[in-house]
Amino acid sequence: MAGAPANLNLAGLSKNDYRGNPTTLCQGCGHNSIANQIVAAMYEMNVVPENVAKFSGIGCSSKSPTYFMSRSFGFNSLHGRMPSIATGALFGDHRLKGIGVSGDGDSASIGMGQFKHVMRRNLNMIYIIENNGVYGLTKGQFSATAERGLSLKKQGVNPYMPVDICMEALVSSATFIARSFAGNPKQVKELLKAAFAHRGIAVLDIISPCVTFNNQDNAYHSYAWGKDHEEPLHDITYIAPRSEIILEEEMKDGEVREVAMHDGSTIILKNLEQDYNPTDRFQALRVLEEAHQNNWLATGLIYVNPEKPALADTYNLVDTPLNRLTDVDLRPAPEMIEKINALMF
Amino acid sequence: MNKVINDFSIIVGTKNGSGSSTANNTILRAIFKMGIPVSGKNLFPSNIQGLPTWYTIRASKDGYLGRRETNEIVIAINPDSFMRDLESVAPGGAFYYADNIKLPISRTDIAIYPMPIKELTKNDPNIPADYRDLVGNMVYVGVLAQMIGIDVEKIQAALDFHFKGKQKPIGMNMGAVHAGIEWAKANLEKKDPYYLEHMDKTEGMIMADGNTAAAIGSVFGGAQFVAWYPITPATSLAEAMNDYFPMLRKREDGKHTYAVVQAEDELAAIGMAVGAGWSGLRSMTSTSGPGLSLMTEFVGLAYYAEIPVVIWDIQRIGPSTGLPTRTSQADLSFVVGMGHGDSDSIVLMPGDMNECFEFGWRSFDIAERIQTPVIVLSDLDMGMNQWMSKPFEYPTAPMDRGKVLFEKDLEELKGNWGRYLDKDGDGIAYRTFPGNKHPMSSYFTRGTGHDEYAKYTEDGGMFHRNMMRLKKKFVTAKQYVPKPVTFLTPGAKIAILAYGSTESAIIEARDLLVSQHGIKADFMRVRAVPFTSEVDEFIRNYDQVFVVEMNRDGQLHQLISLAYPDQVSKLKSVAFGDGMPASAKWILEGILSQYTEPAKASPVKKVAVKKAVVKKAAAKKAAPKKKTPAKTAKTTKSGKKGAK
Repeated sequence: MAGAPANLNLAGLSKNDYRGNPTTLCQGCGHNSIANQIVAAMYEMNVVPENVAKFSGIGCSSKSPTYFMSRSFGFNSLHGRMPSIATGALFGDHRLKGIGVSGDGDSASIGMGQFKHVMRRNLNMIYIIENNGVYGLTKGQFSATAERGLSLKKQGVNPYMPVDICMEALVSSATFIARSFAGNPKQVKELLKAAFAHRGIAVLDIISPCVTFNNQDNAYHSYAWGKDHEEPLHDITYIAPRSEIILEEEMKDGEVREVAMHDGSTIILKNLEQDYNPTDRFQALRVLEEAHQNNWLATGLIYVNPEKPALADTYNLVDTPLNRLTDVDLRPAPEMIEKINALMF
Repeated sequence: MNKVINDFSIIVGTKNGSGSSTANNTILRAIFKMGIPVSGKNLFPSNIQGLPTWYTIRASKDGYLGRRETNEIVIAINPDSFMRDLESVAPGGAFYYADNIKLPISRTDIAIYPMPIKELTKNDPNIPADYRDLVGNMVYVGVLAQMIGIDVEKIQAALDFHFKGKQKPIGMNMGAVHAGIEWAKANLEKKDPYYLEHMDKTEGMIMADGNTAAAIGSVFGGAQFVAWYPITPATSLAEAMNDYFPMLRKREDGKHTYAVVQAEDELAAIGMAVGAGWSGLRSMTSTSGPGLSLMTEFVGLAYYAEIPVVIWDIQRIGPSTGLPTRTSQADLSFVVGMGHGDSDSIVLMPGDMNECFEFGWRSFDIAERIQTPVIVLSDLDMGMNQWMSKPFEYPTAPMDRGKVLFEKDLEELKGNWGRYLDKDGDGIAYRTFPGNKHPMSSYFTRGTGHDEYAKYTEDGGMFHRNMMRLKKKFVTAKQYVPKPVTFLTPGAKIAILAYGSTESAIIEARDLLVSQHGIKADFMRVRAVPFTSEVDEFIRNYDQVFVVEMNRDGQLHQLISLAYPDQVSKLKSVAFGDGMPASAKWILEGILSQYTEPAKASPVKKVAVKKAVVKKAAAKKAAPKKKTPAKTAKTTKSGKKGAK
């Protein structure tokens, strides 16, 4: 820890209060940049660390939760199984926001099933995939997001089609889908803020080049390629919730669209390329398909639906967090045993 | 002809999906309401519709509720199993059949009663055409009632219960019962000795199945989170929780203190359950063999990260998919050290309905106290069949949440705590729950190497120390797990050791040992792993200890041998697994085939057993050489199956 800066946010915390342990990932790894943006976004949003629970599976990306927000509970679980751990854990206290960090191996290979089902359930969690197209921790095998024709040392040429994480999320009914690039920290941070404000599952597919095993200039998951092929859908400005009611502006065609988030905050999208409407699933599918065909990396907020209830909201839970209930709430009264025995034959 | 009263078995052969379960349950309940000890077992196929299925009902004046291998009364409704069912009638027994089945009946040693089921239902204007087959099953209930003396009032009571007092179906079904009674009165002459007569042996008792008992017990235990995936024979446990939560945990604000999630597979079911346990909820799942295999990695994580979770394993016979609708006790070796690397599990083994209920609540206390997975081993026979039972008893101890620190506790400690710090010397550390607002409350949970403060470490010494602490927890656990149950008789020189649902068959076999062979045996039913000192003390008291269980390899026998290597020479394995519930017959024969006259190591006592059974006994045994105890007391984990 460096000397604490005096700049305290509205939660009364300095930026240092959002940091974690020193990273043990390779120097220049995109994952570190993402961890730094999480620290910045949470600090700027005045998040109380105790209201966040961090989750991950196994792999380089899954080590990340130790590199940010030491004051939050964390659970580094099993390979491909982070969604199920998070699903159960967030029932413990419905006020918690989950931040899940996964990788392309963890989510698109071994964890594809749990990835898709957690979308369906709309768990209240940011689901970050630090996507580099390779297995780093086992030293450079192809992952399911590696493009066809990619060649890697020792592996030869990848013969299979890649999985598009955003496309998978979209068809699995995710309520917030964005893509970004670790080399574009400002966009990563704004998307993180928007994702945090969204109540429900928020998928962030962040292309995060592996400097060690997959950073050839011509590869989709490399810095050089990403910089050249990034195709932002829009500029994003996140505006924190304000106490006064915002008058809804008339939409000026093709210019600005505000998306009201669950917590009262707003995302303002400035369209660059087209009149892109991220609340329209059809448009989202089209944008992803076009990006494929043109070899673009479509970044930004691809889809959002703030209307769907999050998982815990569908369970009609008591106001008190479940993990604060005691015998009085949990054990039926003694006279109920008579009732039960009478119900048996 | 001497009457045989309240001591025989009835088996009904029908087609799966033909709606006979209402009829069969009605017979069972009516006999129960007549005060006669009775048990019902459903032998059903892995199929929805069309395959043969059998329901056996045993009335036993002596209170024996285990399976019997003879059927005195057979009711044949299914043409596909007709010849087999006819064959299965014990000599001197009775054979009732639907007279639309036109197959030759050549047996002359039994009483034969045709029943015009189709005709009687066709002529009843109160039965809509599409209900005829369903209600038709009630005709055989009526015929049987008339012929063996089932009290019609009790049939009415059983139907009232089944249809929750709805008059229309009750009336329709009672109509068919009466049609059967009237037809039998007018047309059938009693030619067999089997009768029922009122007794008073079920006064104050209830009837339940183990899965329902487990579910209700879990709700009384304060269950908060259930994640599950459908699998026979565990499905009805989770479904029963859905049934009973709303009633038992009703609140004025209408809100829920629980959540039940049907997961996408067993990996997710256990994952969610472990997540919820970590988060401070009383969390559980229910499954069976194949699902349990999938859960293995997570159980290892929960053991190592010290997360309470309860897993009900309703055992069915494996390996692999095996016979999904047949019972077994063959998961014991698999669960005792579930997961890769060194690990232990706490295993609870209920043996009756009351214990299914009791372990429903107690399992949470133990899981949270020891901070570890607790696996409850039930089985299909206990879980899905109807058993007489004493009424459920309200939990006798307050909820034990174990060692948990909330904000005020952390204030007092000035935040000075370590998640894996053994402060009390019992191996168990203190934990906090997510959502705790104290800035020092959080810790980072992982399945990788960690120190006392939950920090990542690859230090070998630290790793070893932590593993030794985990081992210590399992010594601590011995004071919390249920102690064994013993049945003693003065002068017994041999003993029987077993667990779970075999109790009733063993008690019956024990009585037969005395009455037929003059051999007295004590009996201990183990109810938990780790074994408590009572098990050790018990074994030491006898010359021969027969370990009885429903599996091929004698898994409990293996575990006991590893736990008490100096006692191995007196342990004898009576193990058999064909998917059928244990019967007194095979237990008795299994014991006799290995019994040695005390005081002199003479050859095995000659016992007249049928050839087929000798073969069975041979099939049960490994090569006899394997029985010679190892001289060295090596306790390796050789008992593990290659099931993983």
